[in-house]
Amino acid sequence: MYTYNDTDRRLVAERVAQYRDQTRRYLAGELNEDQFRPLRLHNGLYFQRHNPMLRIAIPYGQVSAPQMRLLARITRAYDRGVGHFSTRHNFQLNWVRVDQVPDILAELARLDMHAIQSSGSCIRVVTTDPLAGVAPDQIADPRPWAEIFRQWSTLHPEFVALPRKFKVAFAGGPDDAASVRTHDLGFELVRDDHGRLGFRVWAGGGLGRTPILGQVVRDFLPWRDLLTYAEALLRVYNLNGRRDNAFKSRIKILVQSVGIEAMRRLVESEWRHLRDGIQTLTDAEVERIAAHFAPPDYELLPRLDSRFEFSRRFDKEFAAWVRTNTHAHRQPGYAAVTLSLKAPGRAPGDATAGQLDSVADLAERFAFGELRTAQTQNLILPDVRKRDLYNLWQEAKKAGLATPNVSLLTDIVSCPGGDFCALANARSLPLAAAVQARFADRAVLADIGEVRLNISGCVNACGHHHVGAIGILGVDKNGEERYQITLGGATGQQAAIGSIIGPSLPAAEVPAAVERIVEHYRSCRRPKERFIDTIRRIGAKSFASAAYARDFPNFENEREAANG
Amino acid sequence: MAKTLIKGDSVVANEWKVLRLAEGESPEAAKLPFGNVLVPLAVWRARKWDLVRRHWDQGHLLGIWLGPKDDPAQLAADLAHFSAIGVHFPLAGDGRGYSIATLLRTRYGYTGELRAIGAVGRDYLHFLRRVGFDAFEVNDPESAIDSLDDFSDAYQTAADGRLPWFRRAGAPALAA
Ligand code: HEM
Ligand code: SF4
Repeated sequence: MYTYNDTDRRLVAERVAQYRDQTRRYLAGELNEDQFRPLRLHNGLYFQRHNPMLRIAIPYGQVSAPQMRLLARITRAYDRGVGHFSTRHNFQLNWVRVDQVPDILAELARLDMHAIQSSGSCIRVVTTDPLAGVAPDQIADPRPWAEIFRQWSTLHPEFVALPRKFKVAFAGGPDDAASVRTHDLGFELVRDDHGRLGFRVWAGGGLGRTPILGQVVRDFLPWRDLLTYAEALLRVYNLNGRRDNAFKSRIKILVQSVGIEAMRRLVESEWRHLRDGIQTLTDAEVERIAAHFAPPDYELLPRLDSRFEFSRRFDKEFAAWVRTNTHAHRQPGYAAVTLSLKAPGRAPGDATAGQLDSVADLAERFAFGELRTAQTQNLILPDVRKRDLYNLWQEAKKAGLATPNVSLLTDIVSCPGGDFCALANARSLPLAAAVQARFADRAVLADIGEVRLNISGCVNACGHHHVGAIGILGVDKNGEERYQITLGGATGQQAAIGSIIGPSLPAAEVPAAVERIVEHYRSCRRPKERFIDTIRRIGAKSFASAAYARDFPNFENEREAANG
Repeated sequence: MAKTLIKGDSVVANEWKVLRLAEGESPEAAKLPFGNVLVPLAVWRARKWDLVRRHWDQGHLLGIWLGPKDDPAQLAADLAHFSAIGVHFPLAGDGRGYSIATLLRTRYGYTGELRAIGAVGRDYLHFLRRVGFDAFEVNDPESAIDSLDDFSDAYQTAADGRLPWFRRAGAPALAA
C-alpha cells in the first residue's frame, strides 16, 4: 500500500486547516450557501434530505486495517454507528454535523485519510479494479498508476472548477474490471507490439441521465506520457465543455457533439505542446511509487491445500461460500476473498461500526492488514492463504460478512434513494430488500447464477442501473413512485447500456417481475449460459412479455418520461 | 478610485479601471474612462491603433481583459502592448480562466501583470496564483491575502514554474 511521506501529510493537514476556516466563515455568515457549496463539495460534504452526508475518499479502494478502525471510530463518534460504501470505493456517513466535519477531517488526517475531491466539479477520487495486483491474468498492476494520478490530480490548480465532475479509472487489463468505459476518462493498461507498457485511453463515458460508453481517444499512450496527456485532455474539456446546462456539461456530451475524431485531434494538438515536458514520468518516479505496491511476504505454498480441500468437501455451506466469495489469486496457495455487505434486509454497502472493526481484525489476522473496497459495494481481503479460508469464513460469518452471494442476484448494487437523497424519485433500499427477500432460497439463487442487479432512485444513476444485467430505475409518474426495468447492461469489455423493456411498475410489482424475468431465463438458457449471455443471445425485448405477464406493443414514450 | 487589490504579496491601490460594454453598446463608440484601462477584446480589435496612440500621447497604460469564451491565441501577437491583462470570472465555478491564464503564461509567454477579476474569492487565491495570476481583485484583501499560502507545496507543475514534486532535489530516494 502507498504510505504517506511528509509532503503528502502536510498537504492533507493544510487542506483540513483551509476547510476548517471555510466552515467557520460559513457558520459565521461570512459565506452564503452559494459561496459555501463548491467549497464543501470539494470536500465531499453534500446537503441531502435529512442531514449532511460526508463522503470520505478511499483512493483506488485501498485501505489498511488501522484506517478501517479509524472509520469505525468516526462512525461511532460522529454518526449513528452505520457507514456506507459507495460504488466508487468511497465511504459515506449520512448523519454528520456541519460544524463537526473539520474535526472528522482532522481525525482522518492522523491516518492519512481525507475527503479531498470526493465530490464537486473537479477530478474525483481515482478508481481501479478491486483485485488489482492479485488477479492472475492482469497485464500490469494499475495501482502505481492510480497513485501517480492521484498525486497529480490532487489540488491541481488549473482544474478546480471544471464544467462538471470528472471521474477517472485505471484498469489492469484485460477484463476492464474497473469499468473504464463508463468513466469520463479511463486508462486501460496494454502492451504494444514491442511489449512496451502503456495505456489505451478511453474518454467520454458516463452514466447519469444520458448514459454513454466511452470511446478510445488514443489507442496507445506510452506510460511516460500519462500526465502530460491527461493535462491536455483536461484542458480541452475545461475550455470547451458546456457550462450553460448542468445536464450537458460532462465530457461525454462534448465528445458526442464534436465527435470522437475531432476530440482526438483537439487533444493531440494540445498535447503537442505538453509532450516531453517537465511532467513526463521518469523511471525513477515510477519505481519509487511501484515499490509501495510490492507484493507482501507471501509464503511459498503448494497450489492445493489439503485442509482447505477437505473442509470444502465436507462442509457444503463453506463450499457454497468459497464458490461465490473467493477469487483466483496469482500466488499459489492464496485466494482473494469478498466480505459481503449484502446480508438480506441490509442496505447494500452498509456496515456497522462493529463490522468495520471486525473487518479490520480479519484483515490483520488473515490478510497482511490490507483491505479493498469494491465497486459492487463489498469489501475485499486481497491476500488470504487457502489454508486459512475455513477459519476466516467462520469469523466472517459471526460478523455477518459471509453472505454467500457475490455476483449472484442478491448482490445488489443500490444508491441510497429516497431514504436519504433529496433528488430521489423512489426508495431504492426497501426495493432492494424486497428483491432479496424474494430470492432468499440459496439453491434457487445458485441455480440462477451470475446476475448483476443495480438499482438507482432517479435518473442520476448513482446505483449504475444502466449497466446492470437487470437495472431498476425509480421514476416519478404524475407523483406516483414507479420503477422502470432495463435488461442487458454490463460493464467490462462487453460493456453495454441496458434497454428498457416496458412500462414502469409500482414498487410492489417489481420483485415478481424480476422473478418472471429470471424464470424466463431459466427456461431459455443453454447449458452453462449466464443470464447476461442469454439476454445477448435472445435480446432484452424478448423478456418483456415474461416480465409483465402480458404484452405491451407500444412503450416507447415511456423513455421520454423517465429521461425528462 | 483606489479600490484595493492584492498585487504580488501585498495589498495595493487599484490603478486600473475596467471597461465593460453595456448590452448592445458598440466597441467603436464606447467611451474610455480616464486613466489606465482594461478594455474588452472587442474594443481592442476595433480600436487597436487608437488605444496604442492614447498610450503614447497621454501616457495611460494599456490593458485588456478576457472573458471565459475569449481565446488567448487571438492575442498572442499583441501581448507586448499590454501592461496588464485581466481574466474575468463571471462565477467562481466557471474555471475557464484558469486555463486561459495557464496558456497566456506558458504558451504565449506573457510576462506582464495578470489580474483575476470578477467572482474571485479568497478560497481560490492559491490556485489562481499557481496558474499565473499575480494580481487579484477581491473583497477584503487584507484578510484574503493569507489564503495565497493555503498550501505550502504541490505535487504538480503549473504556470508558476514549480517543478513537479518528483523532479525536485529532496524528493526521497527510491525505497531500497
Ligand atoms: C446525497 C446523495 C447523492 C446525491 C445528491 C448524488 C447526486 C448525483 C448526481 C446529480 C449524479 C449525476 C451526475 C451527472 O450525470 O453528471 C450522480 C451520479 C453518480 N453518483 Fe451520486 N449522488 C448521491 C449519492 C451517491 C451515492 C450514495 C453513491 C454511491 C453508492 C453515488 C455514486 C454515484 C455514481 C457512481 C454516479 C454516476 C457517475 C456517472 O454518471 O458516471 N452517489 N450523483
Ligand atoms: S440515483 Fe438519484 S436517488 Fe439515487 S442517490 Fe443518486 S441522485 Fe439520489
